Amino acid sequence: MELNAKVPAGPLADKWERHQFDLKLVNPANKRKFTVIVVGSGLAGASAAASMSELGYNVKCFCFQDSPRRAHSIAAQGGINAAKNYQNDGDSVWRLFYDTIKGGDFRAREANVYRLAEISVRIIDQCVAQGVPFAREYGGFLANRSFGGAQVSRTFYARGQTGQQLLLGAYQALEKEVQRGGVVMNSRSEMLDIVTVDGRARGIVVRDLVTGQVESHAADAVVLATGGYGNVFYLSTNARGCNVTASWRAHRRGALFANPCFTQIHPTCIPVSGDYQSKLTLMSESLRNDGRVWVPVKAGDRRPPGDIPEAERDYYLERKYPSFGNLAPRDIASRAAKEVCDEGRGVGPGGRGVYLDFAASIQRLGEAKIAERYGNLFDMYRRITDENPYQVPMRIYPAVHYTMGGLWVDYNLMSTLPGLHVIGEANFSDHGANRLGASALMQGLADGYFVIPLTIGDYLATAKLPPVGTDHPEFRRVEAEVSGRIARLLGAKGRRSADSFHRELGKLMWEKCGMARSAAGLTEALARIPALREEFWSDVHVPGSGTALNQSLEHAGRVADFMELGELMCRDALEREESCGGHFRVEHQTEDGEARRDDTRFCYAAAWEWAGEGAPQGLTREPLQFDNVTLSARSYK
Amino acid sequence: MSHDDTMQITVRVWRQPGPAAGGALVSYDVPGVSPEMSFLEMLDVLNERLTERGELPIAFDHDCREGICGMCGLMINGVAHGPEKATTTCQLHMRSFRNGDVITVEPWRATAFPVLADLVVDRRALDRIIASGGFISAPTGGAPDGNAIPVPKPAADQAMDAAACIGCGACVAACPNGSASLFTAAKISHLGLLPQGQAERFRRALSMVQQMDLEHFGSCTLYGECQEACPKEISIDTITRMNGDFLRAAAQPPVREAATGSI
Ligand SMILES: Cc1cc2nc3c(=O)[nH]c(=O)nc-3n(C[C@H](O)[C@H](O)[C@H](O)COP(=O)(O)OP(=O)(O)OC[C@H]3O[C@@H](n4cnc5c(N)ncnc54)[C@H](O)[C@@H]3O)c2cc1C
Ligand code: FES
Repeated sequence: MELNAKVPAGPLADKWERHQFDLKLVNPANKRKFTVIVVGSGLAGASAAASMSELGYNVKCFCFQDSPRRAHSIAAQGGINAAKNYQNDGDSVWRLFYDTIKGGDFRAREANVYRLAEISVRIIDQCVAQGVPFAREYGGFLANRSFGGAQVSRTFYARGQTGQQLLLGAYQALEKEVQRGGVVMNSRSEMLDIVTVDGRARGIVVRDLVTGQVESHAADAVVLATGGYGNVFYLSTNARGCNVTASWRAHRRGALFANPCFTQIHPTCIPVSGDYQSKLTLMSESLRNDGRVWVPVKAGDRRPPGDIPEAERDYYLERKYPSFGNLAPRDIASRAAKEVCDEGRGVGPGGRGVYLDFAASIQRLGEAKIAERYGNLFDMYRRITDENPYQVPMRIYPAVHYTMGGLWVDYNLMSTLPGLHVIGEANFSDHGANRLGASALMQGLADGYFVIPLTIGDYLATAKLPPVGTDHPEFRRVEAEVSGRIARLLGAKGRRSADSFHRELGKLMWEKCGMARSAAGLTEALARIPALREEFWSDVHVPGSGTALNQSLEHAGRVADFMELGELMCRDALEREESCGGHFRVEHQTEDGEARRDDTRFCYAAAWEWAGEGAPQGLTREPLQFDNVTLSARSYK
Repeated sequence: MSHDDTMQITVRVWRQPGPAAGGALVSYDVPGVSPEMSFLEMLDVLNERLTERGELPIAFDHDCREGICGMCGLMINGVAHGPEKATTTCQLHMRSFRNGDVITVEPWRATAFPVLADLVVDRRALDRIIASGGFISAPTGGAPDGNAIPVPKPAADQAMDAAACIGCGACVAACPNGSASLFTAAKISHLGLLPQGQAERFRRALSMVQQMDLEHFGSCTLYGECQEACPKEISIDTITRMNGDFLRAAAQPPVREAATGSI
């Protein structure tokens, strides 16, 4: 397949401006004749649905939770970046662009990233106008904090609940449009397939999670805002319901899946406590502003942290990366933690943990100041571990957190399946091989408030779509396929729960396709996953029926898709014989253990095309061209 | 962890196959519970065992499992979200219980929250209260610079205190009248405390309170149970604020919406 990213011509800084002028517009009176489906109500989906409805489109929005306000975006803690330069510390659109491109290890598309940086400033304005209670200074102006991977202070925040407050802003805008009649919200509805007519996305098939009914919805365009797939690893910081089903079903209908192996491991999460563990809890990266990361110098040192004198502590991030120190980017900080634990210097049960110590900051700033900054995080930590981080250092360990990979999209955020647009974490577009902290919220809202409402108009204005309703035979056919799959899951009547398969897959993915990957490990995983998948389909036990609320069935369907995705991730990781960002191939490292990128062979986005059941996906490469920045070895030393 | 640290718990769980069906409490023994487990992880373990035995697992709502999405919510021994203060069900850990405890687990009970199955209820009425006016009308695109309107820090902080509501519905479940006043008041306070929220302040209070009544939530008689149950410690003072705004709005003559003709 030919990939056309549709990046507009002209100088980087003018591209978006020009493109907005070149986009075809739908006349205001005609907008109400178009229906757009938005799947997902997180930051990306809610902002897109609200904004498109404000423009006059008919919007149908879907989410699997009981309310759109519960989307996983709600859990984001630390903050959102914007190039406001309110601190006068030398920030600019260009610097945010550069930091993001570099942070992504030069594996993202320049034009998209520049647009993101440009739009960032308007997001803050929009959110303030909606009443998002961002942190303020005494003068009444907006406060900022710094975040990993940046040397300026450009992160806006609302205590430790930034995602919650931004999502509530978007959700309230969405509900405002529901009341006005522009949006029909369908909660507890799970999209299980996409319907294409004449090669274009024209609707979706969903299951009503309360009644079990399989139903169709038709539209002129479909927008997926269904989030990331980190839960393929079973344990992650994602909400339990996060899944790949919507993206994967679209992939199977023709949307290319890009860079699936680019996943982010977050360095500061609470370590695993037992095998009943259902998820991992993130301790916001903002903690690294005031916390110092260390382990004992000696392997096997089991003394309580307070008994280890300064001279016998290794503040390894400060030692190895003097200019960024504890604020080194996530991938680097995570690998460094793994490395010290592999050396036997890890702390806590099982030795898979490092200290994040606030003693120095508490001494310098006082406990009250620290409580004001991170109180809710400290409380959360205490509740989970029963330890008081004001007195003893936190124990942290890396955990799967974010997926940079996703459905391939062009500059207009349209996938390779015409009419199907993908926004937020579900697409692959802006973060390359590693995402900087506080940039996902920025991207979700940039896509939803400011990009898709315009680019969708261009699609609708130019596509010349014949009317299609749910009585079209394609809808019947896809409904039958969806029902057949449900029946197959319920009919397997095997011995193992879907959850047990999910755990097994997750463990395999974490070991072979996690923080460090090798050709041997990936090859082994590639042999084991298809066998596990086969066992799943023959031995899974899904209790209950398809015609009522059935959470086991919901989960089983998601696990089935993770089984296919996991295999593709391993293939992508095997094929990419370099180390970049979150993708670390042990064969490709420098003498001191840093990632070795290979720009001559791998400066591209890998886009995979579904080739039918059982056949390996085909690879198409989108070469990445850097006209405005010089590719350099990423150094945070 | 050594085997000795584990506990034997009995749960009595509300089982109800569907919205129209009757329900009853059913007892299950759960041996081998680690104090480090969360309450929901204990239910996960039980559900895995029920599945293995060929029984139907217990349906319960949850998602983030870190106390922020508001999806979880159980009556645990008659207390919304269980025994710990300022803690959602998903953040509750088994170390709050003792070996041999019998724990009763029920769904939220309120006229406005019909049970859908087992421990799962329908809380969409809360969304409709927000839709009736819980927003600032600021369509995308027209906003001035974020620093154009300074917001005094105390106002921002107080607004944030109210905005911390996670919409779980514990306040409704805890209220003897099944009132949604704390939920509604939290939003009215969040937006009404900010300069950006002034233009719609009274109209917002009026329509949200009216919607709350339409949804068959009970009326508020200031029992204060809501504040006790709230995992985010939203203060009942917000209700005083809501009542003030509502009364002022109700006393004003209705504002006629200007007709929007073509321009
Ligand atoms: C703990 C945590 C903290 C974070 N902190 C930060 C931070 O401080 N700063 C930052 O920038 N980023 C942060 N992130 C990342 C960021 O929160 C996410 O990347 C972002 O919110 C994703 O938004 P989204 O709109 O793309 O998707 P989501 O918010 O995940 O929303 C997905 C939506 O899709 C719906 N959905 C999914 N599948 C289906 C289906 N099949 N059918 C119907 N509906 C479906 C869901 O119901 C939901 O509404 C954090 C992430 C985590 C896990
Ligand atoms: S599961 Fe999200 S608050 Fe409990």
